Amino acid sequence: MAVDFELIMFFILAGVGIGTAAGMLLSRSAVYSALFLVLNFGAVAGFYLFLNAPFIAMAQITVYAGAIMVLFLFVIMLLGAEKLTPPEVLPWQRPLAVVLAGILILEAAYLLFLRTPGLGEIQMPGFGPDTSPAAIGAILFGKYLLPFEITSVLLLTAMVGAIVLVRPRKQGGGQE
Amino acid sequence: MIDLALVLEWVIKSLVVIFMLLGGFAYLTWFERRILARMQTRVGPNRAGWQGLLQPVADAVKLVFKEELIPARADKVIFVLAPILTVVPATVLAVVIPFGTQVILFGRQVNLAVADINVGILFLMAVASVAVYGIVLAGWSSNNKFALMGGMRSTAQMISYELALGLSFVLVALMADSLQLSEIVEAQRTMWFVVLQPVGAIVFLIVTLAEVNRAPFDMPEAEQELAAGFHSEYSGMKFALFFMAEYQKMIVISIIAVTLFFGGYLGPFIGRFPWLGPVYVLGKVVALLFGMVWIRATLPRIRYDRLMDLGWKVLLPLVLGLVLITATGILLADEFGNSLVWSIPVVSILAGFLTVGLVDRSLRRKFNALR
Repeated sequence: MAVDFELIMFFILAGVGIGTAAGMLLSRSAVYSALFLVLNFGAVAGFYLFLNAPFIAMAQITVYAGAIMVLFLFVIMLLGAEKLTPPEVLPWQRPLAVVLAGILILEAAYLLFLRTPGLGEIQMPGFGPDTSPAAIGAILFGKYLLPFEITSVLLLTAMVGAIVLVRPRKQGGGQE
Repeated sequence: MIDLALVLEWVIKSLVVIFMLLGGFAYLTWFERRILARMQTRVGPNRAGWQGLLQPVADAVKLVFKEELIPARADKVIFVLAPILTVVPATVLAVVIPFGTQVILFGRQVNLAVADINVGILFLMAVASVAVYGIVLAGWSSNNKFALMGGMRSTAQMISYELALGLSFVLVALMADSLQLSEIVEAQRTMWFVVLQPVGAIVFLIVTLAEVNRAPFDMPEAEQELAAGFHSEYSGMKFALFFMAEYQKMIVISIIAVTLFFGGYLGPFIGRFPWLGPVYVLGKVVALLFGMVWIRATLPRIRYDRLMDLGWKVLLPLVLGLVLITATGILLADEFGNSLVWSIPVVSILAGFLTVGLVDRSLRRKFNALR
């Protein structure tokens, strides 16, 4: 085959990723925005699969698309905030944004094309067979055991904090 | 490089799985109605064809010719999208499941699984966690209070029970030392995991009932309170899609349970005749489906707050304890000899009894306080 199959797949995924990201920003309804973001997470998971990292791809879908975005959707629907109200327009904001964006683009172009002597191919060491879940588990519970455990304590603290914050207060002296 | 014959093989296998689920859906409705009727001393559908076997066809024709209604103030795009989003995950779940070992077909070695990936269990978790979108979006886009409440309930319920579901996957992964479903099945050659993890298997079956919104956990569509919940506004083929998703999920979840706890395609003479694999899976799945129908015929629906309490305060701590017991048992077996692996079922049954006892005491106390 003359055309590289993976390259075609990459551009399709990239198109989906950019399209959904733009859709999320431009959509007028919060529910549609959330759904575009879910699709975007799916595209990112596809990229992880391309990078030979199935574990992270599945974690991406489970955690972000499956858990976090469902909670977002839940909040949007419960608060009835589906329709975004048109925001207040500050008169000086738009010209300032245009000027700042122009400066950023110019600077990026200068750095990219004039300063660097051409961008080379990025070598990715360690992207071999050990992206399997078993290898990830061994590294996570061996080399990075302490950070892993600290993260879990942090999350536990956050959870306990959230429960304490929303706990119904006991009425003083009253019975159930 | 991608081989044309391999692509063809994948397409054929995918089609086989899809048609298997479609046919399974159609005849599961017949199966359920007949069994329910038997249990309630009725006859059930027996007019269309021999023993009512053509009833699913008649139902399908009826649904096709029904009027499709979209409520005036509904969000049309999402309203149409929601049934599709419900069916797709239910079907996709089946691709990682092995139905047997290798067979020779037209001179090719063919694996009896569509995609036996090395993160199989994580794939199941990922798809199961995405499956909630269809229902919640159906509820929201209908622009109907009851539908919205049904959608909300199902979101809360499915997220809550996903934790216990994930942890019961962990039990199996610990025992099999792998996340790949074919290796999990192979690890059960000497002993099915249901023997070593009896409480884990029960928790898994309870949790999956909640995940597929089956009785006694069918809160999202509680007829008396919500007028059929998230699919009140749906009719015709769109309603049929929801119906199909529910029954496909029942089938797929049963296949997963069989794979994880009941030895999958294993059975007598499987080494000599690999074609027996799918037959064994089918037999075990039918047994589990019969159990599901039986439960529906027996148990009344749980109250919504009790359902949440069961998920968060009973099943989650229990299954966390089971993970600890299993990990300790495996460590002990590694250190001091293989027979110590039997500490896992013994201690986990004790933990199960302790949990049941505690729940019983708490319910008794509430009952006495009411009197």
